[in-house]
Amino acid sequence: MPPYTLRINGATRRVDVAADTPLLWVLRDTLGLTGTKFGCGQSLCGACTVHLDGAATRSCVTTVAEAARATAITTIEGLSPDRSHPVQKAWIQEEVPQCGYCQPGMIMSVAALLKQKADPTDADIDAALGGHICRCGTYQRIRTAVKRAARNAAGPQGPRQGGRRQMPPAAPGAATPGAATPGGGTPPPAKPGGGGR
Amino acid sequence: MTRLVSVPRREFLKLVPAAGAGLVLGFRFGDEARADTPSPAPAAAAAGSPGGAFAPNGFLQVDAEGRVTVWSPKSEMGQGVATALPMVLAEELGADFATIKVEPTWFDARFGDQDTGGSSSVRTSYDPLRKAGAAARAMLLQAAATRLGVPATTLAAEQGMVIHVPTNRRLPFKDLVADAAALPVPQDPVLKDTKKFTLVGRPMSRTDTPSKVDGSAVYGIDVKVPGMLYAAIALSPVFGGKLVRFDDTAARKVAGVRSVHPIRRGVAVVADSTWAAFKGRDALKVTWDEGSGASESTLALRARCEDLGKNPGKPFRQDGDADTALQNAPSRIEATYEAPFQAHAPMEPMNATAHVEKDRCTIWAPTQTPGWAAMEVMKVTSLPREAIRLNITLLGGGFGRRIMPDFVLDAVEISKAAQAPIKMTWTRPEDLQHDYYRPYSHHRLSAALDDLGLPIAWKHRIVSTSISESMEPGNPHPESDELACASDLPYAIPNVRVEYTPAPSIVPRGWWRSVDASQNVFVVESFLDECAAAAKKDPLRYRLDLLRESRRVPYPGSDMVLETDRLKRVIETVAERSGWGKPLPAGHGRGIAAAFSYRSYFAQVAEVEVVKGKVKVHRLVAAIDCGKVIHPGILASQIESGAVFGLTAALKSGITVDRGRVVQSNFHDFEMLRCDEMPQIESHFIPSEAPPTGVGEPGVSCAAPAVLNAIAAVTGRRLRRLPIVPGDLAS
Repeated sequence: MPPYTLRINGATRRVDVAADTPLLWVLRDTLGLTGTKFGCGQSLCGACTVHLDGAATRSCVTTVAEAARATAITTIEGLSPDRSHPVQKAWIQEEVPQCGYCQPGMIMSVAALLKQKADPTDADIDAALGGHICRCGTYQRIRTAVKRAARNAAGPQGPRQGGRRQMPPAAPGAATPGAATPGGGTPPPAKPGGGGR
Repeated sequence: MTRLVSVPRREFLKLVPAAGAGLVLGFRFGDEARADTPSPAPAAAAAGSPGGAFAPNGFLQVDAEGRVTVWSPKSEMGQGVATALPMVLAEELGADFATIKVEPTWFDARFGDQDTGGSSSVRTSYDPLRKAGAAARAMLLQAAATRLGVPATTLAAEQGMVIHVPTNRRLPFKDLVADAAALPVPQDPVLKDTKKFTLVGRPMSRTDTPSKVDGSAVYGIDVKVPGMLYAAIALSPVFGGKLVRFDDTAARKVAGVRSVHPIRRGVAVVADSTWAAFKGRDALKVTWDEGSGASESTLALRARCEDLGKNPGKPFRQDGDADTALQNAPSRIEATYEAPFQAHAPMEPMNATAHVEKDRCTIWAPTQTPGWAAMEVMKVTSLPREAIRLNITLLGGGFGRRIMPDFVLDAVEISKAAQAPIKMTWTRPEDLQHDYYRPYSHHRLSAALDDLGLPIAWKHRIVSTSISESMEPGNPHPESDELACASDLPYAIPNVRVEYTPAPSIVPRGWWRSVDASQNVFVVESFLDECAAAAKKDPLRYRLDLLRESRRVPYPGSDMVLETDRLKRVIETVAERSGWGKPLPAGHGRGIAAAFSYRSYFAQVAEVEVVKGKVKVHRLVAAIDCGKVIHPGILASQIESGAVFGLTAALKSGITVDRGRVVQSNFHDFEMLRCDEMPQIESHFIPSEAPPTGVGEPGVSCAAPAVLNAIAAVTGRRLRRLPIVPGDLAS
């Protein structure tokens, strides 16, 4: 079997594996890029999604031979060096992940979607994420975060970069603190250290 | 998950001497605590230093730089304990939460009870964490008081600093840790007034989020250790089947396959990569003795349960005389309900990494119960507990599946046989077909109504494939995980009888998120709506009428008590917030359900549309009273998550068995709710200063009955078997 040359996250990697090996296992076992996840092995859940020349692709059913034809393969590790991609920022701002296992795949599909459609509709989001499963049920936050990512990408007026933040205390007596709004969004960040009432 | 519930009785705090580590405070709870010999600092323990008999269940460390590190004894599986537990500690300590480090843990007697389940982590850790934080704060304040020559009562700790309130003079923790570490540890420190909490109750950034958006989070399946090989396993397709023989000629010819090993419950293939191991496993020719399990099927089980349900079961709640009241009633309502086996299907398939050596065994596993796994590993390896190092990774979902130690044992056996470190990974079909399933259950209900239409008698006969019998054949309490939300029926009905009969089955059962509540709330809240419909009463009004009187209902066989006023309040909240009674578009209907689950009070209203037999859930409005809210964002997440879990089981999927095998094999026939089917979910919290109760599981139980009640409201059809299938609503 010939060694395959893969262009992954800007680097050229040579791998010597069987031609039928799915890209997923080359990434995970051979190259140590474990951010791409194994969920179903049959293109049913989307956890293994990467970009092949910008297109969201299920790496569990893409052989290394097919992947070697791509000019550029991007995995979650290569989306940004510092979690600064608009989708990653939105995911942090909206606190999307629970167990988090499906999220790299979700993020890769959304990043590909936003390249195609800068301002996706709900139907666009449903179509782009229809092949993904989140067993923790984070879909509501995902939808909010996709729209936020679109705003993040749109211009400098987007919300500040995610990171640790502190929120003002909930209004006393209110049945619903801020985070529990429809859409699961969180209110805008307050100044750190301003915790007292 | 009743089995996992443990109630803290007393705490121990002790200063742990540690050269150069600053102030280290260990804390634990439970009767087995012995505060006689000091334990090494966590850093030393992590490096493998032997421990003393003082065995903390969690640690707080403030190092010489003032940095706070927390070791949480509970596994992070998405439920947010790696954020919520440190928040509680940081609140009392006065630490700067933004700089707190949460470190992964390993199985260690010093961490105490490391079981993660039963929606119990925050509930059982709240007091110990508060006391640990408060004790450390008291020591830092005392050190500052001596330094400044002021009374400690004039000092406060905030954001990693001690503040002299009258002058606003500030000393960072790092300047105080050396002095504080020399002070005695207060055993009964003064706790903050919960109403003055500044951190707890706010949606702080989750500590695990950054690593979950850039691929750096390490789940069990991501572990890589030097020299590691990859393993796959062939398991008997029929439950209870035994290995007869195997032919590995073809398997060994697969490029990358190193070796093939029979283990207790199957045949393992060890290879240079996961893919080669999978291919080698597929190339095995294995002969199984299928045994008697091959005759098991869902149809046979249904018939068996119907038969068993014809006879009285063992009573576990007897108020008044339900049988006589039913006999004397002019009319009775009767119905039969059914809930299927369910698989957990966490997104991360089962896996574990193990390295068995002559005198020790090292494991990396995404587990909810490291203690159970380690105990079983001791049996398999004949190694003492101290020779077993079980590192706990992040869990790509748990939902109760990772309570079971089976997959850890497989990995240990394979490593032992292969004499190499190996990572074993299951495929999705293996995950779905070798689970420990939510029990199959069959329910017969009858009720009699009085002149006002309210029930005067309620009889609920449950027949199910008991979890405890599956875990331990012959268990004298097969009912132990089958009766929640049935035997503690909260409604004011004078004659109540709840019976239970276990049904035998070869299918392994386990604790599935919300356990018995997942089927019993569906049944009880659906049948209550049937009573309301028979009485021509509004289902909301009906529930409130049955909760009019303030009562305390003890949970049979437990210290739990249900307060009906708190249940009533969540029902009233969802009614108001959902606009109950207000007009809806044509084809839309509302349904309501409520439950006391994991010591929390929960209610939900579903707004549903039925078009040409297809159900679309538009909106779910939830309210929970879970005592003090630690983190509103995580709480809302758990309610959303529970609802999706419940909706999936109601509308999408179930496990069926034929010829002793699970029929479903992957997400094409075990379908999950997806993005386009996600309703809008609103979560409302009842403000409370009461100690926190469960949030991970209560949100599961009401989704099915609220939706089914809404379907009945809009179509007049009562669906009594889950999951619903398209034909159910065909006209």
